[in-house]
This record gives sequence, C-alpha cells and structure tokens, in this order.
Amino acid sequence: MSPGIPDIEMRGVWKSFGDDPKGPGENGATLAGLDLVVQPKTIHVLMGSSGVGKSVTLKHILGLVKPDRGDVLVRGRSVATASDVELREIRRDFAMLFQNAALFDSLNVYENVAFPLREHRKEMSEDEIRARVGELLSRVELENVFEKMPSDLSGGMRKRVGLARALALEPRILLFDEPTTGLDPVTSQIIDDLIVKTTRDLGASSVVISHDVHAALRISDFVSMIWKGKIIETARPADFRRSSLEPVVHFLRSAGAV
Amino acid sequence: MTWLTHLGDFLVFVFESCRWVFRRPFRWRLIVDEMEFIGNQSLFIVALTSLFTGAVFAYQSWMALKIVGTDSLVGMTVAISLARELGPVMTGLVVTGRAGAAIAAKIGIMRVTEQIDALEVMAISPQQYLVGPKIVAAVLALPLLTAIFCLIGNLGAYAVATVVCGIDPGIYVAKLKFFLEPWDLYHGMIKGAVFGGILASVGSYRGYRAKNGAEGVGSATNEAVVYAMVAIFVVDYFLSVIVPSGYRSQG
Repeated sequence: MSPGIPDIEMRGVWKSFGDDPKGPGENGATLAGLDLVVQPKTIHVLMGSSGVGKSVTLKHILGLVKPDRGDVLVRGRSVATASDVELREIRRDFAMLFQNAALFDSLNVYENVAFPLREHRKEMSEDEIRARVGELLSRVELENVFEKMPSDLSGGMRKRVGLARALALEPRILLFDEPTTGLDPVTSQIIDDLIVKTTRDLGASSVVISHDVHAALRISDFVSMIWKGKIIETARPADFRRSSLEPVVHFLRSAGAV
Repeated sequence: MTWLTHLGDFLVFVFESCRWVFRRPFRWRLIVDEMEFIGNQSLFIVALTSLFTGAVFAYQSWMALKIVGTDSLVGMTVAISLARELGPVMTGLVVTGRAGAAIAAKIGIMRVTEQIDALEVMAISPQQYLVGPKIVAAVLALPLLTAIFCLIGNLGAYAVATVVCGIDPGIYVAKLKFFLEPWDLYHGMIKGAVFGGILASVGSYRGYRAKNGAEGVGSATNEAVVYAMVAIFVVDYFLSVIVPSGYRSQG
C-alpha cells in the first residue's frame, strides 16, 4: 500500500435509525456528516459521551451498518458499496475487541482463540494451532487457561482472551469498543498497555472508543471528540488538552484532566 | 414494521441461510452436531408423548367404534391417524417446545452479547455458521422422529387395545396391515420435514433479530414457539390436501 492512503477514511457520513430518528445530531440523525481519518500505525481514540454515535461509527467502519449518505473507505476501498464477498475480504484486515469481549460461550478459551485460525488458516495442523494459541495467550499474559470456559473468567481475563483471539490472524487494523469500561483501575491499565504494545508489535493501527480521558490522552497518537454525530476536534493529545472548544473543555473538565 | 415486511424479511433470511448451506466451506460437522441436539436429544420426550398419545387414542376410538360394532378397526384407525396427522404434528409441536425454543434463545443470546457481530468481523457468515446447519438438521431429523413417534404410538395403542379393550391381537394386526400403506407413513414424514424446517427457521429468525438484552431474548423465545406452532397447524392443513397418501382408506 502506498504511503499517504489512510487506513480508514470516513467522508461526510450520515446515518439515521428508524422512521422517527432520535439521535443526537441534526434532525435526529445518529451520525450527522461525520469525517474521520485514521493514519497507518497510529492509535486513534474516539471520545464522547454515551449515545453520541461512537459504537455506530465503529459499525460503519466494519460495514455492519451502511451509511445513508457519505462514504467509508478502508485502505482506499469503499466499505459502503462493497458486495458481501468484498466485505469479507476487507474484514480480514480487521480485528475487533468487543465491549464484553463477545467470546463464544459454548467454547472454551482454547477453542475461542483457535476459532479464527481453524476458519481461515486451514493449512495449519492441530500442533501448529496449539502452539500459536499458546503464544497468543502468553502475549496477553495469560497462562493455564486453555480449558476454562468464558463464564469462569473475570472481566479482565475475558478481555485478554478476546484480545488474543483478535490478534490471531495478525490484523492490520484493530478496533476496541470501550476496552476498559467496567474494569478496575489496575486491570484497565494492563489492558491499555496491551493495546499499545500489540498495536506497535503488529505495526497495525488501532481505533479505540473510550470514556476514559486520562487513558485516552496517555495511549493515543490522535484523539477525536464526537459531539452530536460529528467529529468536532481531532488533535494530538497535548494539543487536545489545550482545545478551546466548549464540549471538549467541558468533557476534559468533568474528568478532571485540565 | 408491518406483518408483511416481517414476513418478507423472514423469507429472505431463510432463503439466504439455505443458500449458504451450498457454499464453501461446507458445515457437515455442525449439521451432525445439530442433528444430535434436535433429533437424538428429543428421542425420550417424543417416545413418552407418542406412547401415551397412541394409548389414549386407542381407548377413545374403541369407545366410539364399539357403539357401531366396528371395534376391530381400532388398530387401523389409530395407525392411519398417527402416520398422517398425529405423528408429524405432535412431533413438530414437541420439538418446537424443546429445540425451537432453545434455538431462539441460543441465537438470541449470541445476538445481544455481540457474538454474532464477532462472527461477522471474523469474516464468517453467521447465517452459514449458525442458521443453515440448524435448518438442514431439523429437516433431516423430524421425519425420523415422526417415524419413531408412529412406531411407539402404535405399540401403545396395541397394548391398550389388546389388554384393556380385549380386542383380538390377530384381528387388530390383520386390519392394520390391510389398510395402512407406505404412502401413509411417507405423507407424515414429508410433513415432518416441512415442520422441521418451520421450527428451525422461525426459531433462528426470531433469535437473530433479538434486541434489548434478556428481555428481548425472552420475547424472541416466546414468539418463536408461538409462531412456529401456529404455522405448523396452518401448514398442516394445506399439506394434507397437497401431499399424496395411501388410497385404500380414502374409500
């Protein structure tokens, strides 16, 4: 891929849900002309209050939701107009860590992490899969959990297993939906550090949705603020702190970050 | 959405899920697993309900038929009713209550906990992985369960007719053999296959479209069972007219 092509580019994306939309944006739109550019090999945090369209933004990037207007490009290819087959191809570059990890609760930890390998790396033998799963789990600092079921794991451990599963196919773009919500501060910090480490190790880019202002400013290369269905500010963390936009200032102040 | 858009959405969903069955990678293993769940694990409840259905049906027909002195026809009455109607319909209802509800709940929980989104993100079609195998498995398993329902139902009827009602076993079997034909059983098994398709696709669809957490999964399960049962009764009538059956008992 030639330099200069962003990993993700959203251009003027509009989206409303239902016949009587109740989103935060203009005319009840959930996304109201959202623009976003994520450069390769960067960690880009999307911040904003609940219900401003952060999760919907991620779903657009993955093509799970199609925009009413505007376009979503992933490494130069349009997701919005992609066919089923193209979409599946584009998604092979992605991995996502869901808010509650979304582990398959009928499978144990080993089978969960092995799942993408079994589906997409048919040439791998059972021994190779076993070795790879062990390596992935040690990368997220977990050991002796192969046989455990997701219901037996703590929130932080589930997130780590989810991250190991997400890393299995060496994605180019990682998406994190509120990776630390509901975790204690120590575990949150471990997860944040893992986000940075794995993104750098893979040479990937990451999009992180977060409420946690302190963590966002610490781990990100760029921070964007979503407000009423649009991105109103994108800046490096240091500049973001000095933003004079009212919603940004208010958000930083409520978190005690300025 | 109106009921018409729901119906359209449902039919497109079922069509796409079935189309995925014939695309690579084929999900043989999952089909076998689902057959084990839908078929094998329903054996006990099907055996139990069929035994008593046959038994009570033999007793009631005997009470009615002896008024006109044709109580020797109890065996054939029970056998034909079981093969054509009671077998497939009762099997369909029992399996809807057991497996149809479980399908809706499982897929519904996967939907609300984002496990279905996780499959999509991994570039795996949830319809191919979750829905297709369940529909195929139910279509294959229900005819077999229907046949087993008929077999055990007839055994229950035979026991009651000969022991309780005092009908001569030889006459019971002779009449049954004379009137019952293979196509009576095929008629029931074809219906069973259709009912299997109904309960698996309705259960999957309601689960797949579930939202709003536990509440949503609850109503998805509830509606899946109600809709599938009503659909089985309605479709049964039309199948009775369309699908051929044995001719001797048609007079």
